[in-house]
Amino acid sequence: MAVIQVQDLSKHFGTLKAVDQLSFSVNAGEVFGFLGQNGSGKSTTIRMLLSLIHPTSGHIELFGKSMEANRNVILEEVGAIIERPDLYPYLTAREHLQLFAKLRSKQINAARINETLSKVGLLERSKDKVQTFSLGMKQRLGIAIALVHNPSLIILDEPTNGLDPQGISDIRNLIKQLAQQEGKTVLVSSHLLSEIEQMATQIMIIHKGQKIAEGPIQKLLDPNKMVVQVKTTNDAQTLQVILSGSFSNYLLQRTDGIHLRMPDDEIPLLNASLVNAGVGLISVETRNSLEDYFLQVTSNSN
Amino acid sequence: MKEIISIELYKVFRRPRTYIAFGAIAALIMVIQFGLKMDGQSYAGFLMKDINDTLTVDGNVLNGYLICYILLQLLLVHVPLLVALIAADMISGEANLGTLRLLFTTPYSRTQWVIGKFVAASIYTIVLLIWLAFLALFVSMWIFGTDDLFLMKSNYVVLIQEKDVLWRYVGAFVFASFSLLTVTSLGFLMSSIANNSIGPIVGTMSAIVFFTILSTLNIPLFSIIKPYLFTTHMNNWKEFFDIKVDENNEAIYGTILNIAKIKTSLIVLTLHIILFVTASVIITKRKDILS
Repeated sequence: MAVIQVQDLSKHFGTLKAVDQLSFSVNAGEVFGFLGQNGSGKSTTIRMLLSLIHPTSGHIELFGKSMEANRNVILEEVGAIIERPDLYPYLTAREHLQLFAKLRSKQINAARINETLSKVGLLERSKDKVQTFSLGMKQRLGIAIALVHNPSLIILDEPTNGLDPQGISDIRNLIKQLAQQEGKTVLVSSHLLSEIEQMATQIMIIHKGQKIAEGPIQKLLDPNKMVVQVKTTNDAQTLQVILSGSFSNYLLQRTDGIHLRMPDDEIPLLNASLVNAGVGLISVETRNSLEDYFLQVTSNSN
Repeated sequence: MKEIISIELYKVFRRPRTYIAFGAIAALIMVIQFGLKMDGQSYAGFLMKDINDTLTVDGNVLNGYLICYILLQLLLVHVPLLVALIAADMISGEANLGTLRLLFTTPYSRTQWVIGKFVAASIYTIVLLIWLAFLALFVSMWIFGTDDLFLMKSNYVVLIQEKDVLWRYVGAFVFASFSLLTVTSLGFLMSSIANNSIGPIVGTMSAIVFFTILSTLNIPLFSIIKPYLFTTHMNNWKEFFDIKVDENNEAIYGTILNIAKIKTSLIVLTLHIILFVTASVIITKRKDILS
């Protein structure tokens, strides 16, 4: 069942098409990685999902209900953090949760507030005012506010902003746990592609407001097609060999070295061709990461 | 809706800024009360210098009722500026802080939020006015005692019996609450337009000063618009202290000279409140929350 269903969604700011005819769906229990470069339209899309921005056109359904007609009912079941953890500096962490708990129709007791604070590692600092918190602690509190009412859908825009490596790992594990053990649906956007790769089951990449890739992460990162980075003593000669041979179709348009995306059984042939042409081969590295895939599809779109 | 109001009130009264207005009013009133207690007779003599030759006034002229009247004349011009400090920050302050995103992703409509916030700001305004009333009226009554209220108007004097005064203050403070709620709603409107705290606060204060000048200028061109300006009506609480007289020119107990003027002013102020709040709702509903 689709928890999020977006159809032909557009948002224009004057002549700028921030989001352009975007359609996608997120199924229940998925961790949906929402990727894109800065200014690609991710945050605008997320804000439209949460009715913070009015779409220019298109349709949004959450839990099978139109957002336009059922906004308040839908938002009862949504928890969100949007970009920065903006909070009230003069209130404590516990006061934040108490206030936002009041705004839900569900009964949220002190035990649930403690449990949520504990989940994000803030129980010991719960009586401290937010003005004494680091950015990472504010981010954790923002996540706690999103979770306190036990929502079915969690939308996290850059949830690991400002977190240290341990914090990033904790949040990653928390997101995985929410989806796998509690059956929550999570839409998460992040610049940390390795994090998304470790937790997402589905991803979508948008570029200049348009969708350029979508699917299960295992399918997109085809294990039979590796990204190969070739380091030689002479880049021009290397390119000449690649372009003149059967490898030209595999060449990726990247500025950070010579990269190809090719079947792994053809890598020895590439190696042999370069050696036969007298190219001084330094290394042939193979990778199959989301980062490589992301750079490939976004550069192709450019 | 009551959840929104209770949360907004909680936030308002947890902010240090809120208490600036309470502190400022207390300080101003206490300074004036101290000055009048120390040198009040000279002040009373100065006020009555023009009538001393024709009229003999006995009793406690400088009593708590007169002190309160003097204080209200001075303060009800400035209290709107203190009200603006909170009201004009209610929406824009949250936009600036970024917390408006958190509020607007809760299961309440923007209309509910705006109205809830306005109610909270109005409660703050009323509490501030009660504080003002307590200090200006009751503390003055305690310090200076009570007697008949003797007021010097521009070309006549008014003498109101002691037992005929208190209800007039109740009326004056209720009227003042409408004046201040108009300022609250204006601040609110400014707050819904901007995304920072300072602009709406300065904007509200500037609008009050600008329209007050228009209301007080005796230029025929402005006379056409004067009856429609809220600032023209804000000071009409004084009408509660103008009393009808009989054929012997003696005050008629329990009367108000121009009750129609008070009613008109209340209608104009109420219409302004409705207009400003409705505009705030429409603007906030149409707004994209980008900050």
